[in-house]
Amino acid sequence: MSARHLISIEDLDRAGIERILDRAESFAEVSGREIKKVPALRGRTVVNLFYEASTRTSSSFELAAKRLSADVVSVRSAGSSVDKGESLKDTIQTMSAYDPAAIVIRSPYVGAARLVAGWCDAAVINAGDGKHEHPTQALLDVYTLRRALGTLDGANIWIVGDVLHSRVARSNILAFKRMGAEVTLTGPPTLIPRGIEALGCAVEPTIERLGEADVVYVLRMQHERMHESFIPSLREYAARYQITNARLTPRQLLMHPGPVNRGVELSADAIDSSQALIGEQVKAGVAVRMAVLYELLAGTPVLAAVA
Amino acid sequence: MSTRLYRRPLPPAELLIRGVHVLDPRTDLDEPRDILIRHGVVAELGAPGTLTAANGSEVLDGSGRHAFPGLVDPHVHLRTPGQEYKESIETGTAAAAAGGFCALIAMPNTAPVVDEAAVLTSLCDTARREAQVPVGFLAAITRGLGGQDLTEMAELRDAGALGFTDDGRPVASAGMLRKALQYQRLCGGVIGLHEEDPALSANGVMHEGTVSARLGLAGIPSISESTMIARDAAIAGYEDARVHFQHLSCVESVAALAAAKEAGARVSAEVCPHHLTLTHDAVRTLDSRFKMNPPLRGEADRRALVEGLRSGVIDCVATDHAPHARHEKEVPFEQAPMGTTGLETAFAALYTELVLPGELELGLLIERMTAGTGLYGLPTPRIAPGEPANIAVVDLGVRWEVGANGYASRSENCCFHGRTLHGRVVLTLADGGVAFRARVLAEAAAQARGAIA
Repeated sequence: MSARHLISIEDLDRAGIERILDRAESFAEVSGREIKKVPALRGRTVVNLFYEASTRTSSSFELAAKRLSADVVSVRSAGSSVDKGESLKDTIQTMSAYDPAAIVIRSPYVGAARLVAGWCDAAVINAGDGKHEHPTQALLDVYTLRRALGTLDGANIWIVGDVLHSRVARSNILAFKRMGAEVTLTGPPTLIPRGIEALGCAVEPTIERLGEADVVYVLRMQHERMHESFIPSLREYAARYQITNARLTPRQLLMHPGPVNRGVELSADAIDSSQALIGEQVKAGVAVRMAVLYELLAGTPVLAAVA
Repeated sequence: MSTRLYRRPLPPAELLIRGVHVLDPRTDLDEPRDILIRHGVVAELGAPGTLTAANGSEVLDGSGRHAFPGLVDPHVHLRTPGQEYKESIETGTAAAAAGGFCALIAMPNTAPVVDEAAVLTSLCDTARREAQVPVGFLAAITRGLGGQDLTEMAELRDAGALGFTDDGRPVASAGMLRKALQYQRLCGGVIGLHEEDPALSANGVMHEGTVSARLGLAGIPSISESTMIARDAAIAGYEDARVHFQHLSCVESVAALAAAKEAGARVSAEVCPHHLTLTHDAVRTLDSRFKMNPPLRGEADRRALVEGLRSGVIDCVATDHAPHARHEKEVPFEQAPMGTTGLETAFAALYTELVLPGELELGLLIERMTAGTGLYGLPTPRIAPGEPANIAVVDLGVRWEVGANGYASRSENCCFHGRTLHGRVVLTLADGGVAFRARVLAEAAAQARGAIA
């Protein structure tokens, strides 16, 4: 794996993750100021290339780069040359003409960020590639949990829902394991990928033993999965796997990468409960992405040290 | 040349290969010999140093080299007509010659599909102008490979079709396949089957297993292939039809095939070099050269395929040479088309990965790499007096990096790209003519001519 990029959580070892989290702590302080800006990346260009709908990831990357004083160009596929049939490679070559320091890419296709890294000189940050990975989401989730628990060592984390189609699940399993947590997956058996245990996690077909979890991490249930016959109905999904206050114990923490389908994977009372860290996760997004940009572009190359 | 094979006329070879180690598993020959070729035919085999060349004919030093019967490939995609930007009959057969092949069978999933006699006739004409090595053609089982209506199989046979296949796609409907197998009694021709249950493979892009789970790529389960082999072997047995299963990829398929043979069905099968040497672990790189259908599977599957080939449950090796243009493969894995080229690397890859480590004997490998066209009713190449010269001369000691000097194929999507392999083809004789001569030999020949002058 290339040293200058963040393509996969596997690009980082535990020390590398912790260093980014520590850096994010200091940037969180910046976000609390009235003037939320530091000059770290002044004069450098960050290109955000989003080939897929995104609200929180694209806006938080944009804000993160701006708070580091970088010049930011954000391109979305709708209305761009991509719409006109330009290949990813040609788009990257076009963007490279602006000499960006970093390219942040979100793509519906597995491996897109890695391809981009081979085609340009910029540092490449994977903001989600198909169902493969979403490493900055995993980092902000670990950041949020570390703040709440102090450490992830020995924590029992359950990931609930549609693991098959979730890049968040894949990056988070790897990140949680790396930080010393135990991971258990549960969800409809049609939505648990065959062979996923090889990542070192357990699989449970039901939420019967959910009480053992310290953290319940709920995945988004997409409506189209019902039409694809992965589940008979959202109603049956909710009956078996929806996380409600009644299914949680008071000591458990609740997380969700957003956007939430209220009344499907989470009940309204659970979302709004004090156990839910969902708002904290969103807040962590900007600081963690500032830290990633900073470490790749300005900091001592922590990623290089471990890759 | 037998009928149903088409090629550009080559001057018949006049050649003496001196002291080459001849290995022909069908004649049990495994010793150094002089091979005298006159007018494209093996005239004589003699102890090293005993034969002399006719006046004006070329003499080639075979010492330290091996001569095998020319390799044959029952499964290639030459992309003509319609997709010549990927490959043509000229470049595809040049790649075959460079890989030691003396006969090929091309698949009909071209644009247009070979589903009418007119398309096939024109294709045969093109092969008569362009083909460096003889090519036979399979026609489609169903029109447009649509799985709905039979092609005019009898007319296609009369126009030169060796057999039939919808390769690239399965014949999903059991009823449709049954009709094609019944119709075979009228028209003859082996029916080749690409086995895959579309309901199980769905939108899969790689083997379903630990690697697809890690990468988030949609998986193609092994049972997508093996259940169809079991189904179609049963239909073939019921109709007493002759079918050939293409590119087996998994342990379950080998078991289904063995059971079908045990039950007496007239079935045969092929396996590809990439399935015999690589596993889904290669896909972790997300390099689209490793995307093919059927996909690279697990190590247990690979071992079962090697064992199946060794035991004879699997009859032969086929490359499934599937060229694609660079711009088509230089995209994210899910968007890339399925397929790898294989003609130029098949022997070296299998020799390096299976023979050298001791998984397979060299003689057995040669037997399986020369058996594929015989399954479709063509003659099997042999190195024996009176036989047309179909010979691959190989230097087993040469190590070479795949792709370092480019490819004879028009495309470069080779799953062995960048690997160092052992064994290099230096000369290919196909149907009596020199189809390929490595640069080392061309230089040696030029030097010899210079010395005489």
